Amino acid sequence: MSAEKSTVAENLLRELAPRVLGAVVRRFRDFAAAEDAVQEALIAASVQWPEQGVPANPLGWLIHVAGRRMTDDLRAELARRRREAFVATETPAEEQVVPPPDLGTDADEDDTLLLLFMCCHPALTRPSAIALTLRAVGGLTTAEIANAFLVPEATMAQRISRAKQRIKTSGVPFRMPSDAERGERLAAVLHVLYLIFNEGYASSIGPELQRSDLAGEAIRLTRAVRHLLPGDGEVAGLLALMLLTDARRAARTTPDGELVPLMEQDRGLWDREAIAEGVALISDTLSRGSIGAYQLQAAIAAVHDEAARSMDTDWPQILALYGLLDRMSDNPMVKLNQAIAVAMVHGPAVGLERLEALGGDARIAGHYRLDAVRAHLLEMAGDSEGAVARYLAAAGRTASTPERNYLQSRAARLRGR
Amino acid sequence: MKYMLMMQAPRAMFQEYYSWPIEDIKAQVAFMRRFNDELKTSGELVHTHGLAGPEEAKIVRVGKDGAPEVTDGPFAEAKEFLAGFWIVDCESRERAYEIAARASSAPGKGGATARIPIEVREVMGRAPVDV
Repeated sequence: MSAEKSTVAENLLRELAPRVLGAVVRRFRDFAAAEDAVQEALIAASVQWPEQGVPANPLGWLIHVAGRRMTDDLRAELARRRREAFVATETPAEEQVVPPPDLGTDADEDDTLLLLFMCCHPALTRPSAIALTLRAVGGLTTAEIANAFLVPEATMAQRISRAKQRIKTSGVPFRMPSDAERGERLAAVLHVLYLIFNEGYASSIGPELQRSDLAGEAIRLTRAVRHLLPGDGEVAGLLALMLLTDARRAARTTPDGELVPLMEQDRGLWDREAIAEGVALISDTLSRGSIGAYQLQAAIAAVHDEAARSMDTDWPQILALYGLLDRMSDNPMVKLNQAIAVAMVHGPAVGLERLEALGGDARIAGHYRLDAVRAHLLEMAGDSEGAVARYLAAAGRTASTPERNYLQSRAARLRGR
Repeated sequence: MKYMLMMQAPRAMFQEYYSWPIEDIKAQVAFMRRFNDELKTSGELVHTHGLAGPEEAKIVRVGKDGAPEVTDGPFAEAKEFLAGFWIVDCESRERAYEIAARASSAPGKGGATARIPIEVREVMGRAPVDV
């Protein structure tokens, strides 16, 4: 098989995975079993298609294979329960292998959204929701997900299996949430996609480059949600935020895996195409009068990305956007970033005053980021000694190796002056 | 987030442990097996191992020509030894503390909770997102 053929088949499988699963869950109403059956169908296809060619109706092929697997399991189950009343499904197992007539229409596209609502249900822990989303909606194998999160495959398999069990026991239905809970449920979906993106983006450095491209996967899934909900401002905002952040990926680290802060990045390495798409998306969304936390974060990322040189950054605009974000979120991390913008507009002394006030917030007091920002602002103010102490305090507290190296080297540079 | 949970024990406790009544040892082993199964089932266990006693512990330093220079100590100043460890991957720091408390609830001599201290350390890893 050629690598190219293999990639084509792989991309197609990823795209079809949620639609196949949606169709099988819809017919058999057993999410956990359907998910297993679809995984097997996907694995069968990933072996057969590159060698024998993609079937004329790939979606139908996958639904048929997964459905056959479900039917086999149901038959075995029936045999076990021969003397019992079988109430799991209303239709005989034999009739259930026929693909539903509505294939290829909007119904199976909506299934992707139903699956996302199910996989990101608030009853699940976030690590479980992330794993389940990547497998059921993203079509990744358990091994790929385990590799991406650097845990043994057995651990990830158990996490997924437990998540499915949890969905079963908490009786989460396979249907659209009611209008009343829709906003909250969509927010949960977007949060999971955001976490997947962060995990991928954060780990895309140095020796971990080999890990699955979770950031790319998150963008792909968010694009799919955007396709289904084109009018939702926060969906567009999240997609724009991902594109505008991911655009800086190549500039974010040195070839040795050292972190390069935003203001010192080689902007020539930024992905212009991704920036253009992100900027167009967020501009269009904001022009419709929509507002939300992801949209504001995307707008801030857009202001950074649009500056040709770091000195051209429109800090007053960023400060205004953080003001809006702060009013709608009550998040100490937002206040921390806002303090940086304050320092850039009104000078480091004013920024440091903001940090003093923030130090009383138990949610962030003692967090290394507070010390890291304070160090930067002290450095800006010319207090090298104070900055060194804060850089080192931050270095001692971060759990990130590249960040620790960065903070240490920052302190070393100041001491050397 | 990944955390390493380290079960520390004073040197004297290792010695004492060998002379526990057999039913107390069995109860503790059963507890550890159950605890590890719970972590496996919850999909949070990355790795766990118990360590052999400190009697055979050696200190290794690089010697001439890069060869290992192995000595029996000195361990005199060491009050505590690592008895075993877990690496867990869980949702939050608070959840890691919960797991550690459960490990600390292992039964000791006589069946009562030994309240062995568990050191919890975050495993270094990925970079933060906003730099």
